[in-house]
Amino acid sequence: MEKGVAITGMGIISSIGNNVEENYQSLATSRHGITQPEILKTQHSHLPVGEIKKTNQELAEILRLPTSHSFTRASLLGIIAANEAISNAGLTAEFLNETGFISSTSVGGMDMTENFFRDFQGSKENRRFIRAQHPGFTTTQIADQLKLGGYTATISTACSSSANAIMLGARLIKAGKLKRVVVGGTDCLTKFTLNGFNSLKILSEEICKPFDQLRSGLNLGEGAAFLVLEAEDILGEKKVLGRLLGYGNANDAFHQTASSETGEGAFLAIQKALDLAGLSAENIDYINAHGTATLNNDLSESRAILRIFEEKVPAFSSTKVFTGHTLAAAGAIEAVYSILGLQTGEIFPNFNFQTPMGETGLRPVVKLEKKEIFNVLSNSFGFGGNCSSLIFSRDEK
Amino acid sequence: MPYKITCFVQIKDQRILLDKREVISLESARDSNDFLKEAYKALNISYPKFHKMDGLSKLGIVATEVLFSNKYISPETALVFSNASSSLETDREHQKAMQGIISPAIFVYTLPNIVMGEISIKHKLQSENVFFISENFNPALIVDYTNVLLDNSGIPAAVCGWIEWKNAEYDVFLCLVSREGDLVFSAEKLDELYHFENERSAN
Amino acid sequence: MSDLRTELKQSIIEQLNLEELGVNDIANDEPLFGDGLGLDSIDALELIVLLEKEYGIKLDDPQKGKEIFVSIDKMAEYIEAHRSI
Repeated sequence: MEKGVAITGMGIISSIGNNVEENYQSLATSRHGITQPEILKTQHSHLPVGEIKKTNQELAEILRLPTSHSFTRASLLGIIAANEAISNAGLTAEFLNETGFISSTSVGGMDMTENFFRDFQGSKENRRFIRAQHPGFTTTQIADQLKLGGYTATISTACSSSANAIMLGARLIKAGKLKRVVVGGTDCLTKFTLNGFNSLKILSEEICKPFDQLRSGLNLGEGAAFLVLEAEDILGEKKVLGRLLGYGNANDAFHQTASSETGEGAFLAIQKALDLAGLSAENIDYINAHGTATLNNDLSESRAILRIFEEKVPAFSSTKVFTGHTLAAAGAIEAVYSILGLQTGEIFPNFNFQTPMGETGLRPVVKLEKKEIFNVLSNSFGFGGNCSSLIFSRDEK
Repeated sequence: MPYKITCFVQIKDQRILLDKREVISLESARDSNDFLKEAYKALNISYPKFHKMDGLSKLGIVATEVLFSNKYISPETALVFSNASSSLETDREHQKAMQGIISPAIFVYTLPNIVMGEISIKHKLQSENVFFISENFNPALIVDYTNVLLDNSGIPAAVCGWIEWKNAEYDVFLCLVSREGDLVFSAEKLDELYHFENERSAN
Repeated sequence: MSDLRTELKQSIIEQLNLEELGVNDIANDEPLFGDGLGLDSIDALELIVLLEKEYGIKLDDPQKGKEIFVSIDKMAEYIEAHRSI
């Protein structure tokens, strides 16, 4: 029986908490983090977002960075989350030097570029941010700050980016190419994405309602999350939080941004993940859905779920109702929530739901639910048709 | 498992090469957009959606058209792409548009992996896609990951390499990798093939 | 009347990058979406942008577009009735 890759640490920052414990408390008490934008200066102040209520300066102070630092917001969030994951896994300096780092981001340092774009020519002070737009720069900043000395890579596949970073790390460990790797992603709110998604008319003016007949679009969010993955032969007696038992990625091959009506890519990704895990559909106890609350995604995802699970759809919810859609970070943030679900036996609710969709009749979990959870399926789908599914399982000794 | 480079395409300096042989040379192209349009015509692509794409996606469509010509391409073929500039050119266009009325048609291309989506749609590929951002072409990363992917997922082939579009300059080096072919799929070989053309064009 | 229709066709070809089509390839009464011109959801959003840019008409509800972007005739009628430019 396939054991899966061991997860020995996790860390997170999102609009519902600055670490794993705070995130858990918010999830367990249905305290969401969707508010009007305050830190992000935007003309679209009527569009609610999952914003972390700390300025870059406050984040830098938490990290005790010198004022001349050139860290982007995505880097700052990434450092906080990756640092928690590293200490959670008990990795000390001697190990970090050989620990790999696979990160992901979609906006990279776009926040700096848009704030200082017009100043670049005049101001020397802000020129240090010019290089920051490069998404690889965000990864390097985090790796350098945390002294991660191993193999480094940056993935950019839209909203499935960090799910893919997790999958990639697991593959490289299984193939014996890496012993230990920190995987995940980070993205911050920017005018770039807020205006862009707004032009696609898929942002809701209220708290999103995933899987509801009357859903009116998504809320953008920000955050970062990372997991530490370790190879079997270096685990020793270390505590294992959970295992990545299956993963799959497929292209929907339908449209640049829209998902196919039949959810083909999602269906293929889930099927691949189940096959790799050696599980059948009825072994899945909970689905942490992609569930962005757009008309298109939720219908397409529901259809894919129905194709896989038929009349026995397991308990499912979208935790984006807490955090908003954190883009490249979403897969890793939801991986942390999936593992918390395995550990606590709790299904975090899709609380803002009233009416099932006419097309499917599916009802997500709307109140915190307790049950034995052995296997969680976590979905992350991105623009460009990039669909990923991960299966997290309890560590069976 | 030793995989082979079945064929490879290079696009740079107004030329398209397949396995080092020139397929098209468009010396008279006024600029990179004109080059892509002329390449589209010369290759008889006939895919009106092409004209709606951003430069990176157009490059990907032109490159795979040459790479896939006269071959059976399994829908399982994976895509392992990389570049340095992500979707920077289109990001800039979107940033410019933000000062007036935003164009959703531009915004949807502000992600580097959209080119893989466009290729998947055109060639009906439903397999795995990954897009790495790295400062320079990193053959070791591409070979390592593609090997792991082919070894462990039952995928018969992959298209992997580099696709860069920046400041209206382009640099494409994509290989079709499978069990068929004469060239060994190794980091050294990839490095050699990539630099061969780059040095020549620098002269 | 027919001038607005021709102008509209030219703008649509330009805005939606329908490079391989000419004004004469688009009939006034034929459906714009579906098989006709091969337009998709992003094109529908771009047509909303076009209405705002060229005619000063703001459509807040994208669903409304479905009623307007039926054909060149329908679009022209709507523009005549609502244009501010």
